[in-house]
Amino acid sequence: MNNISRRDLLRAGGAVVVSFALGSPKRAAAQASGAGVDIRKPLDPHEVDSFLAVHTDGSVTLYTSHVDVGVGLRIAMRQMAAEELGIPVERIAMVEGDTALTPDHGGTGGSTGIPRGGVDVRQAAATARQALLKLGAVQLQRPAAELTIVDGQVRPLAGGEGADIGKLIGDRRFGLKVDSKASLQDPARYAVVGKPLLRPDVPEKCTGKHVYVQDYSLPGMLHGRVIRPPAIGAKLLSVDEGSIRAIPDVRVVRIENFLGVVAPDEWAAVRAARELKATWSEWQGLPGNDGLERFIREGAVDRHQDLVSRGDPAAALSTTDKQFSATYEWPLQSHASLGPSCAVADVRVDGTTVWTSTQGTHGLRANLSKIFGIPVDKLRVIYLDGSGSYGGNGNDDAAADAVLLSKAAGKPVRVQWMRHDEHGWDPKGPAQLLDLRGGVDAEGRIVAWETEMWLPTSTPGNRPILGVDAAGIAQAHGQGAGQISQNGDPPYAAPNVRVTVHWTKETPLRISNLRAPGKIANSFAVESFTDELASAAGIDPVAFRLKGLTDPRAIEVIQRAADMIGWQARPSPSPSVASAQGNLLTGRGFSYVRYKQAENYVAMAMEVTVERTTGKINVQRVTCAHDCGLVINPDSLRNQIEGSIVQTLSRALHEEVKFDRSRVTSIDWASYPILTFPEMPAIEVALIDRPTLPPLGAGEASTAPVAAALGNAVFDATGLRLRAIPFTPARVKAGLMRS
Amino acid sequence: MPKYNFQLNGRSVSIESWDPAQPLLYVLRNSLGLHGAKFGCGLAQCGACAVLIDGKAQRSCVFPVRQAAGRAVSTLEGLGTPEKPGVVQAAFVAQQAAQCGYCTNGMIMAAKSLLNQTPRPTLDQVKQGLAGNLCRCGTHTRIVQAVMLAAKA
Repeated sequence: MNNISRRDLLRAGGAVVVSFALGSPKRAAAQASGAGVDIRKPLDPHEVDSFLAVHTDGSVTLYTSHVDVGVGLRIAMRQMAAEELGIPVERIAMVEGDTALTPDHGGTGGSTGIPRGGVDVRQAAATARQALLKLGAVQLQRPAAELTIVDGQVRPLAGGEGADIGKLIGDRRFGLKVDSKASLQDPARYAVVGKPLLRPDVPEKCTGKHVYVQDYSLPGMLHGRVIRPPAIGAKLLSVDEGSIRAIPDVRVVRIENFLGVVAPDEWAAVRAARELKATWSEWQGLPGNDGLERFIREGAVDRHQDLVSRGDPAAALSTTDKQFSATYEWPLQSHASLGPSCAVADVRVDGTTVWTSTQGTHGLRANLSKIFGIPVDKLRVIYLDGSGSYGGNGNDDAAADAVLLSKAAGKPVRVQWMRHDEHGWDPKGPAQLLDLRGGVDAEGRIVAWETEMWLPTSTPGNRPILGVDAAGIAQAHGQGAGQISQNGDPPYAAPNVRVTVHWTKETPLRISNLRAPGKIANSFAVESFTDELASAAGIDPVAFRLKGLTDPRAIEVIQRAADMIGWQARPSPSPSVASAQGNLLTGRGFSYVRYKQAENYVAMAMEVTVERTTGKINVQRVTCAHDCGLVINPDSLRNQIEGSIVQTLSRALHEEVKFDRSRVTSIDWASYPILTFPEMPAIEVALIDRPTLPPLGAGEASTAPVAAALGNAVFDATGLRLRAIPFTPARVKAGLMRS
Repeated sequence: MPKYNFQLNGRSVSIESWDPAQPLLYVLRNSLGLHGAKFGCGLAQCGACAVLIDGKAQRSCVFPVRQAAGRAVSTLEGLGTPEKPGVVQAAFVAQQAAQCGYCTNGMIMAAKSLLNQTPRPTLDQVKQGLAGNLCRCGTHTRIVQAVMLAAKA
């Protein structure tokens, strides 16, 4: 293989000089000198050569700013390119998220890896295919229309001698704009797309050979740890360096309120960070968990926004026989990455390189460039896999920590956060509060619906980086957590609907995107409240939903999920609730979402038991029917859906960031528990493939119906309506005692 | 500096540590270049750092290097390679039982430890055997299927 592998590029490090005319990665690495990056490869996302290179041996390298954070993009994107290029996936290498090598066609997130990342690469590959066919036409002296590409060869459709694509283009540039009209392969003839091909990274992940950012090192590298204050807004008053004199070769780095240690030995850095005596000022600026609902409801509002305004719900409600209202709450939650954030930075006078598992290398480069005054052409940000991040965890902060420490130490520095850093300081998924009102008519149709949401407002600029603020360096203080206001309206026919957002100015803790931002909580409220209306109308929850739907794709997923679990039509709660004598109550729940109102169709059914004496919920079975348009890799897609279900069950059953007036207090896995193996349900997933439709993302959509399906099942089992996450045994038990 | 001798993946090694309380994890990762075991919490709560010591899964993030002296340590690397994976590793690959893969080391070591003691576990025994290992991506169903598959091999 003569292609440039990721590993070779990594080995070459920040000093890589890649010559695409020469091709050989080893040679490229050998040419490395200084920190200067001499990359002649195009990066403009309108150019074919920015996205791919066909090498002399017929192998292909893809370049993308979308990274595979464990979701399977690494195989799916290869499949999409392989289909167009007529080569096996094994011949494709991928470079992900390297500001010196990959075009910036968006960061990773919002389930855009396939619909944006993969689709862009596919279109570049389709354009390249046309060019290769033209080259082949010249070589084979036949019209391009009579040619195809099979197994890396341009061949006549009628059979006969072919020409290797590697020989036709062989490391030369295409020099073409991506043609948005270049025709794509006919889905009816897909040979690679739609196949459950194995992900290339799994064997290395299972044998300790996969290079995570946590595993990356450079010669002369120091290990760094940062000491965060005991209260979020505390100032550093004094440091007693004598307190760590017994630990070898440690250097303390203090920049205003930024306090860190570096040492050649990692354990020395860990111990020094733990044992270094520092005095901090008092600070008590948080509302504390108990005051959170009031903080949100009574806090200053930046603006009110009507997202949906149809008919006159207030008037309709006043004339409806049955009116209902309820408040739903979702707490602050942590990304809780299993491995704490980590980064390696090498700050040199002639250029800075940062290795990180950020989900947005280009965005991070722009931000670090602004903050540290390093020109973008002297700053290279390279993605390496980390622990799953599910959005903006502590990665960007760790990258800045590494830059600060490397700059101070004059050496490359690797910073890994400790567990309490990650749980305590990662930016959180925001708390959400929703008031719902609704009414149904005598036939059980929704006649009016109102949703009021309190959500933290977005303000322009990057999220403030912890170490940068501490070090007293000027930076933006933007705020945002993604598209958090979607899916706040019922996906069912209703003549009078209003959805209003009160965008609040303040959030107690720093926030960021956390998987399916906002939509999990919104869908929890909407689909639980739908269940409340169905129950009040005395109608089976599935029948109630179907009554308000005409879209055949919606109806299909709902029927599939219901069939898979053996759904028996009857209203909730279960008739056995009143008569049940034993400790174990059994029920089933249903939920449906049209993700982001216009994307995936997902329906979910769940069976639970609830232990009356303890309030413990056991999820027995989950069925999910999922329609995301064209399926690229069904096995990888299933893995995402299964993971979405389990992770969101964890969030719904267990997770709440706790904080007092000064700090986050849920700083390990005991105080911020997540779902464990004995709690895992049986999961059945049905994929509904739509080969002629565009592919949608699938890293998020199936998270959205989980909490409502769970809450609805608990209601079915017990008659208790749970409206606040997490559904801890204590909360369930207290609710059961009351009812 | 004090030296510590132990068996590592079937070979004798001798390493120095300035601190006898240094967790084995840092020794493996930084002195011996074995990156299979991962730092997850440093509190023995998540299992990402698991290694086998005398055949039994232990949390290397809290296992002092001095206690490793004279014992047989196996790491993920000792079980197999991408080209020649061990039985449990091969089952994990077959089931695609990883997403980010950061917990995978712990899952495979816990599974190996379980199968060493209970070669034919029930589904419940597998779930209990992995109860102390955390996976944040939610790959639980596949991990359990992989262990069941390995048990049949």
